[in-house]
Amino acid sequence: MAMSDRVLPLAHTPERANSETALTKVILIGLAVLFLVAILFLPLVTVFIEALRKGWGTLFESFGDPDTLAAIRLTLLVAAIAVPFNAAIGLAASWAIAKFEFRGKNLLLTLIDLPFSISPVISGLVYVLLFGAQGWLGPWLQAHDIQIIFAVPGIVLATVLVTFPFVARELIPLMQSQGTSEEEAALLLGASGWHTFFKVTLPNVKWALLYGVLLCNARAMGEFGAVSVVSGHIRGLTNTMPLHIEILYNEYNFVGAFAVASLLAGLALFTLLAKTVLEWRFAGEIAATARRH
Amino acid sequence: MSVPVRVRNLEKTFGRYPALKGVSLDVEAGELVALLGPSGSGKTTLLRAIAGLEQPDAGQVLFGDLDANTLSLRERRIGFVFQQYALFRHMKVFDNIAFGLRARPRASRPSEAGIRSRVLDLLHLVQLDGLEARYPAQLSGGQRQRVALARALAIEPRVLLLDEPFGALDARVRKDLRKWLRDLHQRTGHTTLFVTHDQDEAFELAGRIAILDHGRIAQVGTAQDILDRPATPFVGSFIEGIARREAQAREWTKPHVVASR
Repeated sequence: MAMSDRVLPLAHTPERANSETALTKVILIGLAVLFLVAILFLPLVTVFIEALRKGWGTLFESFGDPDTLAAIRLTLLVAAIAVPFNAAIGLAASWAIAKFEFRGKNLLLTLIDLPFSISPVISGLVYVLLFGAQGWLGPWLQAHDIQIIFAVPGIVLATVLVTFPFVARELIPLMQSQGTSEEEAALLLGASGWHTFFKVTLPNVKWALLYGVLLCNARAMGEFGAVSVVSGHIRGLTNTMPLHIEILYNEYNFVGAFAVASLLAGLALFTLLAKTVLEWRFAGEIAATARRH
Repeated sequence: MSVPVRVRNLEKTFGRYPALKGVSLDVEAGELVALLGPSGSGKTTLLRAIAGLEQPDAGQVLFGDLDANTLSLRERRIGFVFQQYALFRHMKVFDNIAFGLRARPRASRPSEAGIRSRVLDLLHLVQLDGLEARYPAQLSGGQRQRVALARALAIEPRVLLLDEPFGALDARVRKDLRKWLRDLHQRTGHTTLFVTHDQDEAFELAGRIAILDHGRIAQVGTAQDILDRPATPFVGSFIEGIARREAQAREWTKPHVVASR
């Protein structure tokens, strides 16, 4: 309303318009900062304050709990499998989509986006329907003594599904904007397909790849919904950190819950910090690969 | 080590759109030929088909006695300069030029010292001494173009192909580079084809010009042939500007010539 009122006078009386924009600027920036503090910063600080409510001693004690340790181990294990897997498959899919023409390309693009658009709970449920005891493949799996649901394989599968788009979504637009002429040049200069991929294609997208991997990792460690459905919440066996936090919280073990939460938040902060440091350290190189020439 | 290039009845269709409709062209060893035509005439497709970047639907490309269809991209040994140069943006100038030498199989790969001296020679040839440690983003358009040329020459190509070599440069740099490229061609003697939509460029630079129109070659000949006897109405109208300027130049010099006799 105020915006549309100002559109015409702006052209005719620049001074008045200027003073108004300055005021608007302050208000807008103020609102944004207020919002960020209230929605993002305060909760984050609260996590650490709550974790330290009874001092460092209690905080470290709660990390000594075997179930907590098991949850931390499981989360790291799942991320260690899901992230490299999604990085490799995401890179291959982006390469195919950005550099080649083929039938069904749009279908593949839609499939890659699918995990973003459906609720994680449904992603988990799909696996239960497939691999669960009452599921399609359940009897066969039971006959062969393979446990997927309520076990680590199910948790890994659910995490892979939910975090699949992160790497591909980072890479596809960049690869598309870079085009294929550098690859063509490499091939004409006598390079093999692999040589071209490792010396030309991959170095050109390594920063986007790293960013995608960091995002994928953050989500893989933090995923709750899909994992919750397939995990079965068996303490010490199939509880990941986010699931463990919920259990501790529901048992009124607030210090324990916030201790694990602070560790998870700390991992996320460390990820962001690592990304910022790398960006700062290699600013020139990033600019060189991002620019079209 | 340059070879003649023979193109025989080349055909290429993209979807339903025919880009080349039976193109034949003979280029002698060491010749400098322009592929001239408006956009959509098939000139870039022809160049890419000769390079092996497009697979023709029918027809043949011969390098000397060798059928290009039997050769892999590596075996073709084509020096190709892309319109936007396609320099490897994350590599320094030195590594860009050395790429083709380093990509060779171990048996035929020169030593690092050999590569170094070859790259420095090429940098000298394209007059970019001392710029080997720059990244492409730190170079001007004309400099990038010459790096691309040096990179293409590094593999001792059979044939040199240039796609709109001056298209991305401003007018002044373009004029300088044209003259420089002609000198370079005279010195190195590579069989060279270049694509352009700029009539002046083709007429000034090329020994012979092939004019393309809707996927067919309308006329091949020297600048004088084409000006004197345009083969089709299309060629006549396409080179109209140049023909008029030539005529004007003749008019203006006439009294002068008479007076000096």
